[in-house]
Amino acid sequence: MKRNLVEFWRVFRGNGMGILGAILVASILVVAILGPAMTPYEPSQIVRDADGRALIFAPPSVHPPLGTDDASRDVFTQLVHGARISLAVGFLAGFIAMFIGSLFGILAGYFGGWVDTLLMRATDVLLVIPDLPLMLILVATLRQMDLHVSPLAVLTLVIGLLYWTSTARLIRSQVLTIKERQFVARARAIGAGHWHIIRKHILPQIMPLIVANTVLILSTAILVESGLAFLGLGDPTQPSWGTMLNFAFDRNAVSNGAWWFYLPPGLAIVWVTLGCVLLGNVLEEILNPRLAMHHLEGEQHMVARREESRAEGKGCADHDSG
Amino acid sequence: MTRDDTPLLSVRHLSTEFLGLDGPAARALEDVSFDVFAGRTVGLVGESGCGKTTALLSILRLLPASGRITAGRVLFDGTDLLSLSEREMRRYRWKEMAIVFQGAMNALNPVMRVDEQIREGILLHRLLDVEAANRRVDELLELVGIPSARGNQYPHQFSGGMRQRAMIAMALACRPRVLFADEPTTALDVMIQAQVLELLKSIQTELGLAIVMVTHDLGVVAEVCDSVVVMYGGKVAESGTCDQVYNDPQHPYTQRLLQSFPDLQRRSQDLASIPGTPPRLSELPPGCRFEPRCHARIPLCRQVGPPLVALHTPAVARPDETPYLTGHYAACHLRLGEEVRL
Repeated sequence: MKRNLVEFWRVFRGNGMGILGAILVASILVVAILGPAMTPYEPSQIVRDADGRALIFAPPSVHPPLGTDDASRDVFTQLVHGARISLAVGFLAGFIAMFIGSLFGILAGYFGGWVDTLLMRATDVLLVIPDLPLMLILVATLRQMDLHVSPLAVLTLVIGLLYWTSTARLIRSQVLTIKERQFVARARAIGAGHWHIIRKHILPQIMPLIVANTVLILSTAILVESGLAFLGLGDPTQPSWGTMLNFAFDRNAVSNGAWWFYLPPGLAIVWVTLGCVLLGNVLEEILNPRLAMHHLEGEQHMVARREESRAEGKGCADHDSG
Repeated sequence: MTRDDTPLLSVRHLSTEFLGLDGPAARALEDVSFDVFAGRTVGLVGESGCGKTTALLSILRLLPASGRITAGRVLFDGTDLLSLSEREMRRYRWKEMAIVFQGAMNALNPVMRVDEQIREGILLHRLLDVEAANRRVDELLELVGIPSARGNQYPHQFSGGMRQRAMIAMALACRPRVLFADEPTTALDVMIQAQVLELLKSIQTELGLAIVMVTHDLGVVAEVCDSVVVMYGGKVAESGTCDQVYNDPQHPYTQRLLQSFPDLQRRSQDLASIPGTPPRLSELPPGCRFEPRCHARIPLCRQVGPPLVALHTPAVARPDETPYLTGHYAACHLRLGEEVRL
């Protein structure tokens, strides 16, 4: 396992895009963790100038680093506190989706038959219903039901319980190919039960896929949370980036030219989503055995490469003489 | 070596079919009977697709989802394996009967270390604790001639012969009483092939194992097997000791099969071939399955499939339902006469 990690790091280090994604994600994580320590203000604290007057829509030049909003609150403070909310909801929802998706995918792929039919038809139903209207209705309805749970918990659960479909399909297809491999038959011949086979032989093979897919699902979850919060379904007492955008548009930040109110949360969302997508794609490339068969056909690969370079050399020579 | 006269494993009238997507089921195995004795080796031979591997998988009840056993019994030490629940059956797998699969590369999990895979069965059946299991794995690796230090490598770091030997070590991990070897030497060159056969033989003498060897190499059978079962189109064509079958083949298929095998002692002899191809298992001929290709067929062959009968009286078949199959048997109308029907 340790050697695998070293090997993984060696490949990962050479990938610029992956490093960039990791830096983007890591920096936001640091901000989310250190958030409150990075600013002297509270998110709801009213910022006043030397004369004790509240600073409304003060530009960054007046109140660095990011000015104030319509209610005289510090935008930078809201942004770093919002990072916590956005990431917490995104990560939790992402992990819920990943867990359900992997579980359904493994069960459907491994057991087949009616289990497969049942789970995959459920997946199909969820896939064909448009996500956004469904979530709007669900969140709005659940919030009206006086369930005494925080609006963020509702948001997290709704996103988590709706975004597992693509994962389930992906995992299922991979499990279908693995369970036909002969070492699974050998495991059955050893006397292993289903649970043992799934845990020891199937899961390790699809783990890379799950890891890479989790990172991608995280970015989707963060994006969806922002979208819903922007539409007013966030928690106004615990503003995420989406909620900030919602405030900014509600209070005419655009017509007031207060770009420092709506640009930073928007860019923060782009920042973390881009980071996750870059990281996820690179992880998939490195970890997916189908995309990187290096340890299985090392020699052939080397031979092919040599021939390739020879062919290229010949091509160049021809080109020169021509 | 114990050579009891009651068989350790006795297969009776085993029939297996595979359900097609649509159309008739493929009758992959029909009325297959043979016995396996402790300390002896049985060879299952026949062309590709004649049901050799299906027979092994049926005995272990490891058939894919589309396959099902339609009739017959598999008695292991007096217990009918086909009547056990899946949970009970799991206790028999590997502990009593282990299998070396065809093509060792595919049967090893590419992302697990070899020693871990050998250990898997021991721990699964809770035979030893982890530490003792590790020592046993080292012993097993040494037994099959692999330095135990190489156990912590991955299968792709092993050569083909080593993988095959690792598979054998794995199969021996729980000290099974029957070892099924599904073409254990097919993918190997002649040198490694000889090594692996030598290894199987020495292990058998040491542990008193019963071995069922599936192969289409008649030379291998003659070298290592005590008795041989010749299969054709999912049925037993002929069975008997190696001496009986090789020197006195009774079924036309066996006769032609042996003629198509080169003999070192006879010079410049033309090798015979059998015209035609094996029947499709979903479109079997109504009579004898070999009839369309047979050089000695009679009109009856087209109508009725011949039963497997004991040749050369005194009869070894007993009146009870599970006669010991130690004699010479063939399924051919031409051999039907005063012989005892099974």
